[in-house]
Amino acid sequence: MSTVATPASAPRRRRRRTTLQRRQSRLAWLLLIPALAVVAFVAAYPLGKTVYQSFTNQEFLAGLNPTKWVGLLNYRVLYHDQFFRDSVVLTVKFTVITVAFEFVLGLIIALVVNSKFKGRGAMRAVMLVPWAIPTVIAAKIWQWMLDDTFGVVNDILMRLHIISHPHAWISDPTWSLASVCAVDIWKTTPFVALLLLAGLQVIPRDLYEAAGVDGANALQQFWRITLPLLRPAILVTLIFRTLDALRVFDVFYVFFGQRTDMQTMATLTQSTIINDGHVGYGAAMSVAIFLIIALFVVIYVTVSRVTED
Amino acid sequence: MGAVALVAALSVVAASGAGTTSSSRASLASKIQPPKVPNAAAIKKKYGGQTITFIGDSVGNGHVRDTNLATRFTKDTGIKVNVVPHPAASDAAYADLVRAFSQKSSSIDVAMIDVVWPGAFAPYLVNLKPKLGKQAKMHAAGIIAADTVGGKLVAMPWFGDFGLLYYRKDLLKKYGYKAPPKTWNDLFKMAQKIQTGERKSNPNFSGFVFQGNAYEGLTCDALEWIASAGGGHYIDGGKVTIGNAKAIQILNAMAKQIGKITPRGVTSYQEDQTEHAFTSGDAAFARNWPYQYGISNAAGSKVRGKFSVAPLPHGTKGNSVATVGGWQLAVSKFSKHQGASVEFVRYMTSKAVEKYDAIFNSNVPTIPALAKDKQVVKTNPYLKPATANTPRVARPSKFLKTHYNEASKAIYQGINQILNGSSASSVVPQIKSKLQQILKEG
Repeated sequence: MSTVATPASAPRRRRRRTTLQRRQSRLAWLLLIPALAVVAFVAAYPLGKTVYQSFTNQEFLAGLNPTKWVGLLNYRVLYHDQFFRDSVVLTVKFTVITVAFEFVLGLIIALVVNSKFKGRGAMRAVMLVPWAIPTVIAAKIWQWMLDDTFGVVNDILMRLHIISHPHAWISDPTWSLASVCAVDIWKTTPFVALLLLAGLQVIPRDLYEAAGVDGANALQQFWRITLPLLRPAILVTLIFRTLDALRVFDVFYVFFGQRTDMQTMATLTQSTIINDGHVGYGAAMSVAIFLIIALFVVIYVTVSRVTED
Repeated sequence: MGAVALVAALSVVAASGAGTTSSSRASLASKIQPPKVPNAAAIKKKYGGQTITFIGDSVGNGHVRDTNLATRFTKDTGIKVNVVPHPAASDAAYADLVRAFSQKSSSIDVAMIDVVWPGAFAPYLVNLKPKLGKQAKMHAAGIIAADTVGGKLVAMPWFGDFGLLYYRKDLLKKYGYKAPPKTWNDLFKMAQKIQTGERKSNPNFSGFVFQGNAYEGLTCDALEWIASAGGGHYIDGGKVTIGNAKAIQILNAMAKQIGKITPRGVTSYQEDQTEHAFTSGDAAFARNWPYQYGISNAAGSKVRGKFSVAPLPHGTKGNSVATVGGWQLAVSKFSKHQGASVEFVRYMTSKAVEKYDAIFNSNVPTIPALAKDKQVVKTNPYLKPATANTPRVARPSKFLKTHYNEASKAIYQGINQILNGSSASSVVPQIKSKLQQILKEG
C-alpha cells in the first residue's frame, strides 16, 4: 500500500502503476478471501438459512409432517399474530424508555468523569461495575432484591416512608415494565457513558480555551462545542443501544419467563422455536425482527444525514 | 481494582447464601450412603474408562443426590459420569433436550425426562427393553406403560411425584384448628386467620404458597384446582374441556387470593421459592411435591417437626386429587457410549438406589414394594395410605404427544394471566381455542 509513487513522477509511470495497482488489487482480494469466507460463514449463511426456513413449515420434533415449502404462509399468520404484535409494542416501549434514560444519564456521567478531579481513574473503573456483571447474574440479584416478601428494595423504601406496603415489583403487571427498565438502565448506563467519554476525549481542549477567552459560559460551551463535536459518538452510541435494546432477551427471560404480557420479540421467538418447536414460524419472526431493527438503523442514519445538511 | 473488589464482594455474598442451604442439607447425606454397584467388575472390564454425560436434577437436593450416586458409580465401575443439572423449570429443561436431540448431539448420554415427555422424545431414545426389561417389571406398571412408546421401553422410571398440601401443625393448633382444610374455601379462611395473627410478629408471613409462575409447574397446580372442583382435566377423551363454568369459578376464586393470603409475588414462584417460604417459616400452607418433605424436615429448617402433609383440598363439590409427576431416565440414541449409559441407568433405577433416593431426598419410589418399606415410610410419611392413596390426575400429554409443551404453555400462560388479574371468563375461552387448534393440527 505504501509503494504509491510521488505525484511529480506520475505521468511517466502511469502504465506501470496500473499494472502494479492491478496486481495489488488482486493481492488485496486474495488476502480478503479468508475474512470474506468468515463473514459468509457466520453472517450470510445463517441469515440466508433463516430466510429460507421462514418459507417452510419446519418443526423441531419432526416426523409428523415432512418439512415443505409454504410460501408466505408464516408471514401471513405472523401479521395477524396478536402475541407478536404485543411483543413488538412492548420491545419498542422498552427501547424508547431505556435508551432515553441511558443516554441522558450516560452523558451526565461521561461529562463528570471527563472533568479533572481527584480519584478520577478509580471513578472510571467503579462506574463500569454494573456493566461488568453478566446480565443473567445481575437480573437474578435484582430479582431477589425486588422480591415482595424478603426484597431489600421494599425494605429500604418502606423505612424511608416512600411506600406504605411492599410491592411485587416484578410480578405485579403495574410495575413490571418499570422494574425491568430500571434494571437495564442501571446495567447499561455505564456502557453508554464509556462510549460518550471516548467521544469527549477526542474534542481538542484548545476549543474550550478559545471559547473561554471569547467569554462563552459553560452552558454555551456545552451546546456549541461539546454537543456538535460529540455527534458521531452520540450516533454510534444510540445505534448500538437501540439495536441491543430491540434484541433484549436475558433480563426479561430471568424476570418473567413465559409470562404472556412480558414477552419481547426475542423471548417470544425463542419460545416459539424451542418450546413450541415451530422452526419455520420462528424463522419468520426472526426475519421480521431483522427488518424492524434495520428500519431503526435507516431512521437513525437518515435523521443524522438530514440534520448534518 | 475497585470494580474487581466489588464484584468479588458480590460473589462472596451470593456464595455464602448458597452455603447455608447446602450445609443444612449436608447433614442429610450422613444418614445414608449410596449403595454399591452390583456386578461392578464385569461392567468395569467392558466399559471402564469411558465418560458419559448425565443431564440430571437441579431442584431441592436433587443435584447433591446425583453427584453422590455418580461418584459411587465411578468408583465401582471406572465409568466417569459428568453430572450436569438441567434448568429448574421443566419446560426449559425440555427445550434444552429438544435442541440437543434435533442436532443429533452426542453430548448427552443419559437424561432425566418428565413423565409427560416420552411421547415427544421416543424417536431419539434407545429402546431399553432388551437390557432392562427384567428390571422394569419391578416398577409400577402404570409408569412403565407411560414409558413404553410403540412397544419400545424408551425410559426407565426413576422417581415418582404427586402434589401434596404441606401445613403447619403448630399454627393450626395455635389458631384452634383440629385438622387440615378439606375444601379450598376452608384453606382460604384458615390461611387468612393464621396470616392475620402471624403478621403481627412476622411481616413476611403468608397463608398459602404454590407454583404460580408461567411454567410447567402451574399446569400441574391448576390441574389439581380444576379437577378437584369437578372441572375436568383440560382435555378429556380427546376433547378440550377447560371452558366449563366450574373451571372458571375455581380459577377466579384462586385469583382472588393472590396478594391476599399469598405473597403478591407468588405468580412468579416455582418449586424452590415455594419450599423456601415454607421452610423459612413464612407460610402456613404450601403446595409442593414430596421432595420438599426432606428439606423442610432437615436440620436447619425452621419448621422441622412442626409440619405435616395432607391431600390437597377440593372444591365444594368434588374430591381431592394429586397431579402425577415423576422423572424417568433415558439414553440418547446419539450417545457414543450407549452400553455404559445403560449400565448407569440400570444402577440408578435399581431398588437399592431408589431406596437411597427415597430416604436421602424424600422422593416417591416407583417400585411399589419399596413404597411399603418400613424405613422408607418412616422418613416419608406422605407414603402412608391417607395421602398416598389420593386419586391421581394426569396432564393431557397422551392426547397432545409432540405438541404437549406448546399446549401446556397455552394453559400456564393463560392461568398465570388470570392470577395476575385478568378475568377467567375472558382468558379461559382463549386457552380453549388454542388447545383446540393444537389438537386439530396434531
